[in-house]
Amino acid sequence: MSKTEKPHYTQTHLMAVAAARVLENNKSVFVGTGLPMIASMYAQRTHAPNLLIIFEAGAVGPQMRMLPISVGDSRTTYRAIAASSMHDNMSFAQAGWLDYGFLGGAQIDKFGNLNTTYIGGTWDRPKVRLPGSGGANDVGSNCRHTIIIMRQEAQNFVDKVTFITTPGYLDGPGARERAGLPAGSGPIKVISQLGVYGFDEKTKMMKLESTHPGVTIEQIVANTSFKLIIPDKVPQTPPPTKQDVALLRELDPTGMAIGK
Amino acid sequence: MKVIDQGEGELVGWHDPDENREWIRKNKSPALVDKRMSIDEAVSKFVKDGDVLGMGGFGHIRVSFAGIYEMIRQKKKNLTVLGKTAVHDMDVLIGGGCVGKVEVAYSFGHELRGLSSCGRRAVESGRVKVVSEISNGGFQWRYLGGMMGVPFVPCRMMQGSDTFRKSSAKIVEDPFTGKPICLLPSCNPDVVFVHVPRCDKFGNCQIDGILIEDFELARAARRLIITTEEIIDNEEIRKDPDQTKIPGFIVDAVVEVKYGAHPTLMPDKYYFDEEIIGEWLIMSKTDEGTEKWIDKYVHGTANFEEYIKLIGGEAKMKYLYDVEHYKAELKAPWLDKKK
Repeated sequence: MSKTEKPHYTQTHLMAVAAARVLENNKSVFVGTGLPMIASMYAQRTHAPNLLIIFEAGAVGPQMRMLPISVGDSRTTYRAIAASSMHDNMSFAQAGWLDYGFLGGAQIDKFGNLNTTYIGGTWDRPKVRLPGSGGANDVGSNCRHTIIIMRQEAQNFVDKVTFITTPGYLDGPGARERAGLPAGSGPIKVISQLGVYGFDEKTKMMKLESTHPGVTIEQIVANTSFKLIIPDKVPQTPPPTKQDVALLRELDPTGMAIGK
Repeated sequence: MKVIDQGEGELVGWHDPDENREWIRKNKSPALVDKRMSIDEAVSKFVKDGDVLGMGGFGHIRVSFAGIYEMIRQKKKNLTVLGKTAVHDMDVLIGGGCVGKVEVAYSFGHELRGLSSCGRRAVESGRVKVVSEISNGGFQWRYLGGMMGVPFVPCRMMQGSDTFRKSSAKIVEDPFTGKPICLLPSCNPDVVFVHVPRCDKFGNCQIDGILIEDFELARAARRLIITTEEIIDNEEIRKDPDQTKIPGFIVDAVVEVKYGAHPTLMPDKYYFDEEIIGEWLIMSKTDEGTEKWIDKYVHGTANFEEYIKLIGGEAKMKYLYDVEHYKAELKAPWLDKKK
């Protein structure tokens, strides 16, 4: 793409659609605020009409028409099958009913561990205090597969996070199971504004799966502070179509999550 | 049972179940007493400096702001707040000078609106102390344990994480599977506020929409203050018993406050007032601004009725009803900045 040509989509549109593509029909997903909501709504309107959406505050199985601001917003119960409770929905996740869960973070490491607690200083006296786990630790511990959406820079794709708010593969293969977390669970995708990543089956370390249009491997490496697994051939992430962008705008008319 | 590991966080709001049973025997009764009172009476009677406080709702959803503002008016001090998605509620309480300690699941953030300057500043400067970490599910089940009258609830979260390391939970060898399992200490908060759409004078409450944690939180509470949009007759409760989400015998005070959850969302009745939340987000960026906001909206109004007049009265509440019902467009100052 030449520098003068402005694409018909933004990085945020691309991230939302890339996340949506991971979700399959007739599966269940635990959804958090922002892009995960848009991705799940988009999936339901396109390839996954019977995607079961669950929110921690209590909504079960909605068919939302407009992006909620909060996971407890009334918009999360639009055409839902139940307006239930956190006890109910956290139990569904812990008992094994949830196929996917969405996560975000301020920092991630090579094993997919996430930090949303603090950056710099000490825990007692942090330089920057972040919100904490919220439902993230619950989602990251108990959903079968987690999908992480976050911005990527060298400072936040780090070798070791300062604080493991939410477990990825901890310190490597078998660590989750040794800690007592449900067997076979863990992160399967990381979606940033530069590329899509998975986790190597043997080492449980992050590996590049696709680069977004216009992004080079060099850029990816420059924005990662650990040794990323890079296969010989790396495909390009398919960009969103004009119809995709129109649908995202319909779902988020005020641009809360996808921008204006 | 072998203890494998234990968190370093401060244990907050835990009571030996036998001690709690004794407390209930001495302080609670199913007598049919008219529990209606004013918010200032309820707060002065049931909230003490240093109490462990749990707010019902979900930070921006169905939160008893009538209770929050009154605690600030009465200058309650050194509260330990259970920060389970405590966002706007916690932020304003910190701004009002009421908070000493926090157990954090999700605090100091405003979801899509961004981070909260006020709460963060207080923690980063050491004015407010984070004493332990937990997850939202963790809090949920700490309340479940408190409600059930047992000392702990087993769960499969937090294991392997630093959230656990800074929590008050323990990891033991599960005597059934032999695998490590996390035990969450139960929690019986000293005082809890829940805002509901309707209840009778005895405190029997109906709640519309999602319950979030309120079913368990209310039952775990020692003192339970209900603020309600309206009071209905006891006969209405008895006609529809399946609608009762909180039984009156666990309630200590019933306060009728129309729009008492403003500026948070009240399902079916009013959407978030993003104008007022947005003004807070901008003004709370400095200590002076925070003080000005609190002076204008809390100390500057004698009660919730005056406050509602100040934020735009019935016309504003009608607009928020329309947004809640997809009949009006959402306006928010923080939204204009998104590009």
